Amino acid sequence: MALKSLDRKPRSLSALDIFSFLLVSAATYLALVYAPTESVMGPVQRIFYFHASAGWVGMVAFIAAAVASLIYLIRPNKKWDVFAVAAVEVGLVYSFINIATGSIWARPIWNTWWTWDPRLVTATVMELVYFAYLLLRQGIEDPERRARFGAIYALLGSASVPLTYMSIRIWRTIHPVVIGSGSPSAQGDFDMTSTMVFTLLFSFVAFTVLGTTVLWHRIRLGWLGERVEELRYKAIGF
Amino acid sequence: MISVSGLSKRYGYRLVLRDLDLRVGRGEIVALLGPNGAGKSTLLRILATLSHPTFGQVEIAGLSLPIHAASARGLLGYLGHQPLLYEDLTAEQNLHFFARLYLIPRARKRVDELLDLVGLESRRTEQARAFSRGMQQRLGIARAILHKPKILLLDEPHSGLDKSGAEMMDKLLRETAKKGNTILFATHDQHRALALAKRIEVLAGGSLVSLGRKLSVAQLSAQYDRAQRANG
Amino acid sequence: MVNYFSALFSILRKDLAVEWRSRQLLTAMLVFSVLIILIFNFALELDARLRAEVSAGVLWATFAFAGTLGLNRSMAIEKEHSSLDGLLLAPVDRSAIYFGKTTANTVFILVVELFTLPIYAVLYNVNLFTPGFLIVIILGSWAYSAIGTLLAAMAAQARNRELLLPVLLFPVLIPVLVAAVRASTGILDGLEMVYIWPSLNIIIAYGLIMPVLGYMFFDLIVKD
Repeated sequence: MALKSLDRKPRSLSALDIFSFLLVSAATYLALVYAPTESVMGPVQRIFYFHASAGWVGMVAFIAAAVASLIYLIRPNKKWDVFAVAAVEVGLVYSFINIATGSIWARPIWNTWWTWDPRLVTATVMELVYFAYLLLRQGIEDPERRARFGAIYALLGSASVPLTYMSIRIWRTIHPVVIGSGSPSAQGDFDMTSTMVFTLLFSFVAFTVLGTTVLWHRIRLGWLGERVEELRYKAIGF
Repeated sequence: MISVSGLSKRYGYRLVLRDLDLRVGRGEIVALLGPNGAGKSTLLRILATLSHPTFGQVEIAGLSLPIHAASARGLLGYLGHQPLLYEDLTAEQNLHFFARLYLIPRARKRVDELLDLVGLESRRTEQARAFSRGMQQRLGIARAILHKPKILLLDEPHSGLDKSGAEMMDKLLRETAKKGNTILFATHDQHRALALAKRIEVLAGGSLVSLGRKLSVAQLSAQYDRAQRANG
Repeated sequence: MVNYFSALFSILRKDLAVEWRSRQLLTAMLVFSVLIILIFNFALELDARLRAEVSAGVLWATFAFAGTLGLNRSMAIEKEHSSLDGLLLAPVDRSAIYFGKTTANTVFILVVELFTLPIYAVLYNVNLFTPGFLIVIILGSWAYSAIGTLLAAMAAQARNRELLLPVLLFPVLIPVLVAAVRASTGILDGLEMVYIWPSLNIIIAYGLIMPVLGYMFFDLIVKD
């Protein structure tokens, strides 16, 4: 069976482990040492590289989960479900890093840990949606129904998250838009030098590779979990 | 009227039905026997479009499921372990609701007729909550045959019924089949299965063993046990 | 088409008839609503100045909480004795069941609002009965029921159903709640429609998207 191949960890995954470790180490060096200190905000601005990268990976992971869910509903195959759960969990962790680092940055810059800005609220609501997703899955015993309901809820969530952003956006935002055009009322806006841009892009790449590695591990874990359930059923009958 | 081939149903890792074939023709009464948990209810639920097969083809009156499920439902009457009624509504309201759902013409007359048939005409304005198990079962059968289905799928239809109720049920099944309708019913009562059915199917180990009708109860018992051993 | 609407209305009529027999649900929702308003009164110390600003928020939070009682109950009556199977056996597209139940849930929540709003208006001396405000109430209630009915159908099949519904519902409900509160506050403040339309559009968009998703997914939710 295909499950047999799970027994051994693939060599490319081990290589990816090492590669992501090196990339993230390099990114840490770039962010903390290489990039210049921003003149107005000072050292705290350095958190921005990882903050934006984590947000990016979290967002991509959630979008990937929604896409996998959609495919699952059209063509129910367990692999899409395993992928979707893995992507949701990875997305939850990265979004949390995104929110936490953002909060640390906001303390000196906005003079508060938290504000009810559209981006902050949307990120938080997205976390809640996918926490609810995991709770829903926990409550359903039949594996096929669990996968189906999970997929439906992920799609409902991804339909409502953009609306959440818009509904709050109608009021003004103070979150800086570093990439693209900023709004005049944003606080903590800054112009990036070319070394900053390089550091940011490098962090994006490093975090994307790290995210992919973690996702792969989580998918493997998902299949191993399936295997355990199957073996347990064969051994004791339920 | 019912044609099933290669049907399998899996719940998680448990295979309830395994590569099962079944044909039931027009006007036939077929009894479905098997121990608890053999999958009788699952099979009936799949035929009633309430559950989906994992593998295999199911056709109801030439309509293949699940694509034509909505049209097939109009031809099916199903009675499960639950009478599928609303306890807060009266007997009459329950039937009127289902009559509207099935778009039954001259519903009032049909409902009166059925209440009379199942012996509930004197309690028609009582809430189903106040009914005993047997009375709920009577109301349940009235609901199942409301739209004069061509195919009746009954899961232990006699359960909870008293003697007169069971006789009513037997008579109803015989008359329904005589009009050319098809009946498949699950039961644990071997005597009743022999008395009513033209053919007996035993569900064991997820698939069916077909037994003829001209059997004594003792023969049926012996064959039933043999089928269980062979497939289980 | 005739079948479809006839099925939809017979399910609506059935839900109303079941409720009319006991009136338990509406009574419970209504009492709960008044209690929530009382709690808000003391929690926020609603004085005259504050009250004008928070009225819409208090009301929408009240309806959102009270509404979950109705949503849970609406699916509980179908699951209690597997009655839902009876509906699933009917020869109609199953989304008709979804729209029937959504309409019934909208009616229930509107009835609760119909009683709660005058009580609130009298207690706090605010005029809530303007056409704009009522339109927001109706649209918001529809959007609420559209998503709520769908999620209640899912939660009803889980082990921890009563617990699960609010957890599933509120994160995806936030856009409607935010938009409804903003639109209602704007109307109560007498703002011009230009400022209210953006919020109203979000409610309308949500009230269209969710029923479409419900139409697509309901069969997948109830199938075994």
